[in-house]
Amino acid sequence: MVQIVKDILAAATLVFGFTSLVLFIADAPVLDAFKHIWLGSFASTMKFSQVLAVWVPLILCSCGLLFAFRANLWNIGIEGQVIMGAIGGMAVLRFPGLENPVLILTLSFIAAMITGGAWGLLAGLLKTRGGVHEIFGGLGLNFVAQGFILWLIFGPWKRPGIASMSGTELLPHKLWLSSPPGWRIAYAGLVVAICTLILTWLFLYKSKLGLKLKAIGKNPRAALLYDISPEGYYLLSIIICGAFAGMAGFMQITAVYHRLIPAISSGYGYLALLLVMLAGYRIVPIPFLALFFAGLNVGAIQLPIVLQVDSTLSGVIQGCCVLSALFVLGMRQRRKQL
Amino acid sequence: MIGDIPSSVLVASVLAASAPLVIIALGEMISEKSGVINLSLDGAVLFSAMVAFVVAKESNSLVFGFLAGGCAGMLTGLVVGYLSIYLHLSQVAVGFALSLLCRDLAYFLGNPYSRIQGPTLISSKLPFHDMLPEFLQKILTQPLTVPFALTLVAVLIWFFKFSRTGLQLRSVGENPAAAFARGLNPSKIQLFSVLAGSFLVGIGGAAYSLSLKPGWGRPQGAEGIGWIALALVIFGSWQPCRVAAGAMLFAFLQVCGIGLQNLFPTIPSQVFQTAPFPLMIFTLVLMHYSTRKTRKHGETDSGLQKWLGILFMARAPKSLGKSYRQE
Repeated sequence: MVQIVKDILAAATLVFGFTSLVLFIADAPVLDAFKHIWLGSFASTMKFSQVLAVWVPLILCSCGLLFAFRANLWNIGIEGQVIMGAIGGMAVLRFPGLENPVLILTLSFIAAMITGGAWGLLAGLLKTRGGVHEIFGGLGLNFVAQGFILWLIFGPWKRPGIASMSGTELLPHKLWLSSPPGWRIAYAGLVVAICTLILTWLFLYKSKLGLKLKAIGKNPRAALLYDISPEGYYLLSIIICGAFAGMAGFMQITAVYHRLIPAISSGYGYLALLLVMLAGYRIVPIPFLALFFAGLNVGAIQLPIVLQVDSTLSGVIQGCCVLSALFVLGMRQRRKQL
Repeated sequence: MIGDIPSSVLVASVLAASAPLVIIALGEMISEKSGVINLSLDGAVLFSAMVAFVVAKESNSLVFGFLAGGCAGMLTGLVVGYLSIYLHLSQVAVGFALSLLCRDLAYFLGNPYSRIQGPTLISSKLPFHDMLPEFLQKILTQPLTVPFALTLVAVLIWFFKFSRTGLQLRSVGENPAAAFARGLNPSKIQLFSVLAGSFLVGIGGAAYSLSLKPGWGRPQGAEGIGWIALALVIFGSWQPCRVAAGAMLFAFLQVCGIGLQNLFPTIPSQVFQTAPFPLMIFTLVLMHYSTRKTRKHGETDSGLQKWLGILFMARAPKSLGKSYRQE
């Protein structure tokens, strides 16, 4: 126990030291930067609701990634799966003729899961049938999805008159997921995220599916001897991951942006990859670390205005967290061996 | 064929556009040959591009700029090398995290330098420029990165085929335990090849911000290049010549994209820029199918398949991505 606390302190010191060094090089006041990140994320309920709005898609993506990582798959394609989910959801929302908002939103939610899952399946098939490593297949599909969404925004779905990077037309108000007055987060988003967390925990730790995925992740050949076909479970895990990512895409269009923009995924897919790595591929730390990462993201938004430094500082801290954690982990393993 | 670009301009621009990519992909190839995947490429390219531009701007010297870019690349290589070779952490995990970290670090630190003019490596004429026909003059008037990239291809072919050090490096990538038994130090050789490779990656990054897409900004224009370079190494099946050919093919597709955009002005340019990526996946799938049969049965009956097999034969270093523990 003492060792764990020591390790965490060591990693935190590394992160703090490195970030301070970076800020020092950029000639920015070190303590002020941390203070403003705090003020910009957790200091008021309005800000906190923004943090939660980032927390929801992060949780959805991370839960999906847990499935993929369990089967030892590196689903880098999650970024594209978020985008495709948003596109699929948007396609239903734009469908003329339907009147009942609840029905449309439900259909849109399902469509987002299906398109996200299908995009995941494609990356999975490229791996199992096409012999393309999932990292390259996934990355390629990310770029394809990015191209597709740009084409939609500038082509068929452009705003009447002008097509621009600011995205498609705003959705009618009745298709916005309702949120508490003054808050930037929808009830439905929070409920879905928490349900997903619980379901993921149940499936991965309490069901046969979780056990089989683990067996395949640890040793695909031995799993084959126990009559577990790796291909089927690889595909299943990546479809689940894609569907969860699609849900995140749905939340982005109905609860946050209320339209389709080129950067609809906001890099949350990649951020979730970092998050899951930092959590050591376990579910328990994920909600807390997601809150931390989301706080960094939201808190860094106002840095360019108050301190004239770029908001990518949040990304620097997040990446540094993961590397420091890995470093401390490596040191610990090394100590054990000696 | 594509818009109205004369063929000499086309060849010249493909050569110029491919040079940094060739350097980056070959750098990655060196470290993969020794068994280490350096997945931090995409961030490392941006980071070194930023460092190179800032140093070149401050010192007003291109040489310092390129050297600084190389050193910045080497720094990323040191992190990947130390964490994955000596601490036995997952190469993919370290590389991916470092890639995102370096990208954001580049944007953060480079922010004050964005969208300003800086020193640029201009195309230089060959000494016997005037003796050449006009067609060749256009093609051969290139920035120094182009001859550097082409020389690098030749040097690496020689290095891996004929030199003793190259053989040692390859043996570590194939079977580190056997290499150790022969008296080599696999960890040290791996670390050195990662450092050498990432130095080249840094030079390649510098070639972006100082020559091909001069200046720094967000986006810089080198985004996604690292991932392409990683795919090119597989596409080129870890052979310098084919890696370079792949890089040129990719540059050709990018140049075609610009030509196509003139034909279809309504479609945003970003759509065309993404086109080479799916093509890359398609080629990798094709490689898989054409080599699978050849590998299984040795020889195949169909002549076409045999040729495809030879054309696309790819064999990765045996212990690529595996961490070696000395026993």
